[in-house]
Amino acid sequence: MRAPRPYADPHVAGVCLGLVLLACFALTGQGLGASGAFASVASGVVVAVSPATAVHSAYFQSYLQDGSPWTAWIVVEIIGVLVGAATSAALAGRTRLSFAQTGRPAVGRLFAAVAGGMLMGVGAALARGCTSGLALSGGALLSVGAWIFMVALFVAGFLAAPLVRRFWP
Amino acid sequence: MNDLLVAAGIGVAFGWALECVGLGDPPKLAGQFYLRDFTVLKVMLSAMLTAMLGIFWAGRLGMLDLGALYVPETYLLPQLVGGLVFGLGFVLSGLCPGTSCVALASGRIEGAATMLGLFAGVLFIGLAFPAIEPFYRSTPRGPLTLQLVTGLPYGVVVALVTAVGVSTLAWIAKREAAR
Repeated sequence: MRAPRPYADPHVAGVCLGLVLLACFALTGQGLGASGAFASVASGVVVAVSPATAVHSAYFQSYLQDGSPWTAWIVVEIIGVLVGAATSAALAGRTRLSFAQTGRPAVGRLFAAVAGGMLMGVGAALARGCTSGLALSGGALLSVGAWIFMVALFVAGFLAAPLVRRFWP
Repeated sequence: MNDLLVAAGIGVAFGWALECVGLGDPPKLAGQFYLRDFTVLKVMLSAMLTAMLGIFWAGRLGMLDLGALYVPETYLLPQLVGGLVFGLGFVLSGLCPGTSCVALASGRIEGAATMLGLFAGVLFIGLAFPAIEPFYRSTPRGPLTLQLVTGLPYGVVVALVTAVGVSTLAWIAKREAAR
């Protein structure tokens, strides 16, 4: 078996990501995103299960007003992310490595991942964006809210890091 | 239809860039908060500076209509509190919403676990929205930018952010070289 290729240089990859973001702005007028896809899918599930619940929440409504939440721009973009990342990992021989070497993560780490995801879902919903949609895309446009969000997330991350150290030996 | 092809293409490139630099690897992302691995900061700063300078110069050269770009609306308190809650979640799972998809796509079960949590988090906000809505809509400031707040010309703010960003990257490189 081929050895996995090492990761790319962060500065080069960062510039490439910046060019993707620039292309996104030029082609669509808006930036990249991620958390919005989760909100869109959640809205789609809620309206399918209980339309009355969706009507009473302006949050779900905001994701249902422009056509089907299942084929929203950001949902299709995230499907693209899954495809692009899977292809990159497979071509570099990194997919097997992650299965073989890290194996099954400890149960505590999995619970931490779910809890962390819930907190990020709440945080991104309140802030109207996540690391890609608000911090990166809004940051590039010098949005004040994006910079507040970015600084707050790093401050909280650094302050909380010593408390959750046991998950990251 | 054309829009969705663009969405898929942009998404593929986005996911590819994140995976090839290792941003689907939770210990690597969490390592940023223990100052062991600076990949997160390096990638975010390089990407933001590239896009910011690209947007500025494309606008200056008349290749891009800056008025047509969507500037996120600022809500001071929700974005401050949202950022704090988000940062806590980030260091717990070692992934963010975009990179959780990358983690899953490269075969990591933590990616799926984080995605499940994200889904639950936004579902909670949506269901509890009538109670949360007053806070969600508090302290609105519209599409506020750093140049509007400071009163400085756009080009000056871009130059200042570039100087701070490049200095930070240089400081990180120097710190790593010293080890």
